[in-house]
Amino acid sequence: MTSLRLPAADETTLANREKIIADLRAIVPGEGVIAHEKEMRPYESDGVTAYKQLPLVVVLPSTTEQVARVLKYCHENNVRVVPRGAGTSLSGGALPLQDGVLLAMGKFNKVLDIDFANRCAVVQPGVTNLGITRAVEHEGFYYAPDPSSQIACTIGGNVGENSGGVHCLKYGLTTNNVLGVELVLITGEIVRLGGKHLDPGALDLLGVIVGSEGLLGVVTEVTVRLLKKPDTARAVLVGFPTSEDAGECVARIISAGIIPGGIEMMDRDAIAAAEAFVNVGYPLDVEALLIVELDGPEAECAHLLEEVAAIAKGCNASTLRVSQTEDERLGFWAGRKAAFPAVGRLSPDYLCMDGTIPRRQLPLVLSRMREMSVQYGLRVANVFHAGDGNLHPLILYDANKPGELDAAEAFGSDILRLCVEVGGVLTGEHGVGVEKRDLMPTMFNEVDLAHQQRLKCAFDDQNLLNPGKVFPTLQRCAELGRMHVSQGQVPFPDIPRF
Amino acid sequence: MSDIVKVQDEAQIAEAVVAALGENKTLEVVGHGSKRGLGRASQTDRTLDVSEVRGVTLYEPGELVLSARAGTPVAQIETMLAQNGQMMAFEPIDYGPLLGGPAGAGSIGGVFACNLSGPRRISHGAARDHALGARAVSGRGEVFKSGGRVVKNVTGYDLPRLLAGSYGTLGVLSEVTLKVIPRPPTQETLIVFGLDADSSARAISAAMGSSCEVSAAAAIPAVLAPRLPQLETDRSVVALRLEGFEPSVKARRAMLIRVLMPFGGVEVLEAEASAALWAGVRDVLPFAQTRERAVWRISTTPMAGPHLAAELATALDAEAFCDWAGGLVWVQMPDALPQADAVRARLAPHGGHATLVRADAAQRAGAVFQPLETAHAALSQRVKASFDPKGLLNPGRMYAGA
Repeated sequence: MTSLRLPAADETTLANREKIIADLRAIVPGEGVIAHEKEMRPYESDGVTAYKQLPLVVVLPSTTEQVARVLKYCHENNVRVVPRGAGTSLSGGALPLQDGVLLAMGKFNKVLDIDFANRCAVVQPGVTNLGITRAVEHEGFYYAPDPSSQIACTIGGNVGENSGGVHCLKYGLTTNNVLGVELVLITGEIVRLGGKHLDPGALDLLGVIVGSEGLLGVVTEVTVRLLKKPDTARAVLVGFPTSEDAGECVARIISAGIIPGGIEMMDRDAIAAAEAFVNVGYPLDVEALLIVELDGPEAECAHLLEEVAAIAKGCNASTLRVSQTEDERLGFWAGRKAAFPAVGRLSPDYLCMDGTIPRRQLPLVLSRMREMSVQYGLRVANVFHAGDGNLHPLILYDANKPGELDAAEAFGSDILRLCVEVGGVLTGEHGVGVEKRDLMPTMFNEVDLAHQQRLKCAFDDQNLLNPGKVFPTLQRCAELGRMHVSQGQVPFPDIPRF
Repeated sequence: MSDIVKVQDEAQIAEAVVAALGENKTLEVVGHGSKRGLGRASQTDRTLDVSEVRGVTLYEPGELVLSARAGTPVAQIETMLAQNGQMMAFEPIDYGPLLGGPAGAGSIGGVFACNLSGPRRISHGAARDHALGARAVSGRGEVFKSGGRVVKNVTGYDLPRLLAGSYGTLGVLSEVTLKVIPRPPTQETLIVFGLDADSSARAISAAMGSSCEVSAAAAIPAVLAPRLPQLETDRSVVALRLEGFEPSVKARRAMLIRVLMPFGGVEVLEAEASAALWAGVRDVLPFAQTRERAVWRISTTPMAGPHLAAELATALDAEAFCDWAGGLVWVQMPDALPQADAVRARLAPHGGHATLVRADAAQRAGAVFQPLETAHAALSQRVKASFDPKGLLNPGRMYAGA
């Protein structure tokens, strides 16, 4: 457990716990309210297990009406609420609050409407990402965004985090694949945004709900776009003597007008770990490995494979293998998909970072990372969504060694600062949550952040929804709302940070 | 005629907004003025002209990213991209011809402020889907930035997306950063003639539900087909565009012909004619010559579009055709009267929204955008107030009193 600071618990709420539980039981009957410590234990953290906190109470509503009544109750009684999907967040977005209701949406697990003619599906937020594809694949359709946790993570969580995946360079992120939501505000009001049609014809509130990390409202229904599965997909595995060569190869592929379904890069440590784990025939004598996947009609794949192979050879590729069978293609991916657990075998613990950089900065960032690795005395392995510049450095550490977690976190923060310094961002797909909250000022100044926080006030005027996430400071909406007309004056320079 | 404040850079935008704040004046935000007729007609004290805040500030073709100041002409950006074999995937409509202005006159800020798109919306999204970052001056007179210059970014709220389509009511855009993509080397359009509304909807649905990667799909009724000269027909048309590398387009053509077999024979429009056809569909050329007549833009459930178009034509004596695989219905009324209630009543069962895009100022004093449910309207109003508490920027442009 690190020194993470969350908003101070409200004493009144803590004192009224029993009454709040009783009141919530009146809204969500039976087993929908969990208040025993032992039964709440599974909810004390999300995918970031370094942070743990038991909530005030866990509520599992099963209807939109219950969600609306719970939120209205919390709003009227000044009780904080943390929404949760499957709890796979890699940024602590669903970390409970001691004085907060943990609103777990797992019972919203139904596919409501599959509309092949209009190529969309209406689902409840607790349906898993892969569950959507499973429900439509018999007709050859799928839901495109594919975060690596797709077997477990829910579409509601995907909306909250604007989740990506390995195919988003070509097929977009969650935000490009969600057509509509039903949203419950903290006041209990229900708002429908979007539907089976495109674009809002009004302010694009859906656009800002996606990726809002549970700070603006609770989604109770999602309409997603469905795509027809490409006829074929083939992958090519290319090894390079340097990461610069690999980076150059990616740039040339894209400059040639080719947008592959996916381009993944792994560095030497990640390759070695993955190969030792799944044994799929990755070359071990290379500094960087690319997996380039091309999908579409067979003729297109064949044509582009030739182009990619020619480009790779022109970039000093030392090995090149084209998948000849579906099994072989899946084998190429098996190593990449197992990279996290594979690296996990090398070390008792690891931190997974998530910055994005302009692609051409890759060699610089990798070399600076190697220097930091020496400086911190911690190893780092890199997997990288190379097409879109999204880095996932895995920092290896041992939580049982005093100081190593702190060092790993400091190393991680340095990597993210470096990402911002070279023109990138703090998080590409995992979200800010609590993990990157305190780094927000490296990317945004006080004015930038105040504009975002005032937007939150428009949705949640008492800061009751998921407070302590995303923003490094907690400010009252009334203070934020004051006008600061004078030039150059930074609002609230002295505000305490938590 | 209101006072015009012409600014040269972002700092001057901020100064102008601060001055307006101090003097309690409202501002109409204008780039090159090509879309001034969009939205509700309203009165403002001053015009803030950002057309000189221009210039491409970053273009890295290898990174598929471009940043430009808001007043940069779209035409300049399109030329620059074309020189590098790239484009804005969302294919923004040029409203000039429809609204009675010159073609090619808009600014990139306007493209984002109005969340423009074109036929490729169905496969590649609208401006909102390509907005990576934005700088703007809010109604507080403060410069704020959001987003970044990389495709994958979930750091903070997605304000670039919120600013897209906000018609300058939340902030004055000073710079936008957008994702660009390679221009497909070739394109062609497959056409099926003579289908009724029901068959058109089903043919398009079959094509879109195939793996042919159709990048544009329109249904043009017989009465309008002659106004798109590339079609050379007076029968109804379903047009489906294929784009990409030559071998891929060829293969998909064969596939798509099979998919369309139940709906009749197919003709192919080659690259140049295909491009001209879709430019015409994008810019609503069938309605460009009749400027006195009101025009609606309706976004609805794709399968419902061709039926809705036919119904509006019959019941209201309107003319209508569909883009976006049926999901976008352009409707030209018989005269200057928008007949908003009648149009919206017929849309209601299908879901979606109707926006009055062409009408005289008197007609545009009414509800131009789809009226919102109470809670939704109140929320939108709070969002507007969070950026622009004094209601300074384009007041009334989207909704009366807001």
